Amino acid sequence: MTEMLGLTPSQTAGPYLSIGLLRDLVPSALVDPDGAAALRIRGRLLDGAGDGVPDGLIEIWQASPAGADDARGFAGFGRSGTVDDGRFEFVTVKPGPVAWPAGGLQAPHLAVGIFARGLLKRVVTRLYFPDEVEANDADPVLSRLPHGRRESLIAIAEDDALRFDIRLQGPQETTFFAV
Amino acid sequence: MQLGEPPFAEVDDATRVGADPPNDHADYVGTRLRAPTQPLVILPATETELTGPAYGESAVEPHDADLTRQHAAEPLGQRIVVEGRVLGSDGTPLRGQLVEIWQANAAGRYLHSVDTHDAPLDPGFSGAGRCLTDDDGRYRFVTIKPGIYPWGNHPNAWRPAHIHFSLFGRAFTERLITQMYFPDDPLFPFDPIFNSVRDEAARMRLVSSFDMELTEPDWALGFRWDIVLGGREATPLEDAHDD
Repeated sequence: MTEMLGLTPSQTAGPYLSIGLLRDLVPSALVDPDGAAALRIRGRLLDGAGDGVPDGLIEIWQASPAGADDARGFAGFGRSGTVDDGRFEFVTVKPGPVAWPAGGLQAPHLAVGIFARGLLKRVVTRLYFPDEVEANDADPVLSRLPHGRRESLIAIAEDDALRFDIRLQGPQETTFFAV
Repeated sequence: MQLGEPPFAEVDDATRVGADPPNDHADYVGTRLRAPTQPLVILPATETELTGPAYGESAVEPHDADLTRQHAAEPLGQRIVVEGRVLGSDGTPLRGQLVEIWQANAAGRYLHSVDTHDAPLDPGFSGAGRCLTDDDGRYRFVTIKPGIYPWGNHPNAWRPAHIHFSLFGRAFTERLITQMYFPDDPLFPFDPIFNSVRDEAARMRLVSSFDMELTEPDWALGFRWDIVLGGREATPLEDAHDD
């Protein structure tokens, strides 16, 4: 029996995270923005006063379009800083469905991680797609959320993009997960 | 409930057991409008959570790990080597892990438009580095010791010297951003970010050790710091509630 080592604790990413994390390596556009399947996701990261968080970092992690089995050439991971009034933006493709451990499939979703000054550790949520009504209704996560905690996870269709605002506090606080 | 299953349990972040600090930590003023207040929904780990991004050799170049050689001029300050291993909680070395760091210069100033501290920028220093761990899970950076700097959290507030570290681990659940500190920093008792980690043993795991073996004669001081990644926090069953 191996003795378990104590984990290294989290600390805030602070206000200068862009120096280390928003360089050239991890893009906010996971696919060619001019491609036919390109999907824009825009949102704002908002604090408890409703003000934009201008110094945050949003990360997304997702399956490839064909589902989790086919990740060829698609990194599935992206980063966007937040600017000015908390705005962030990704260009990606809608992921395929992902297996549920007890059997069946989950509706297409992105895992979303948020770091910022004032957050001592990452907070985690998921983004679901508004045009997947049937899959969302049958989804084993969305259908087991406590009352009132589903709406904040479904992006809103706009003209040329999906909108996904993330509210860290307040009456419309986003549903965050313990993972 | 569509599937006839009970709702997922929720947990108050403040009651979670583990190394991580709670997000609600009012001594750190920046948390007050940003720490979520609703309980967290406990999500079973699925393929989404049990996988994560990986980066290979193409993600790094040799000068990325030596922050003293990224400009024509060398930076001012105390040259240091920072080395350690990235391990799973069972002691497994995590190979090929991307490690990203950023830090202030020797005067305590970040190369960032938001940093208005009245201390000089250094044309020889950007303060960003990255590397991949080797087959033993080992990373190594050459840099300069970051300066202590003031911040606006409370009157006469100063951050202990630190280097920011970012790690991925083997899964989305293991993602970690943290800070490495230096031994015997006199500011430890006064820093609300360091002291947000409630368990003292866990808190001290954020502090590197001076290491004479890593120290290179006539050239650089050595500091050793191992990083342990795993599932972040357990949820005590007695504190979980169903709705």
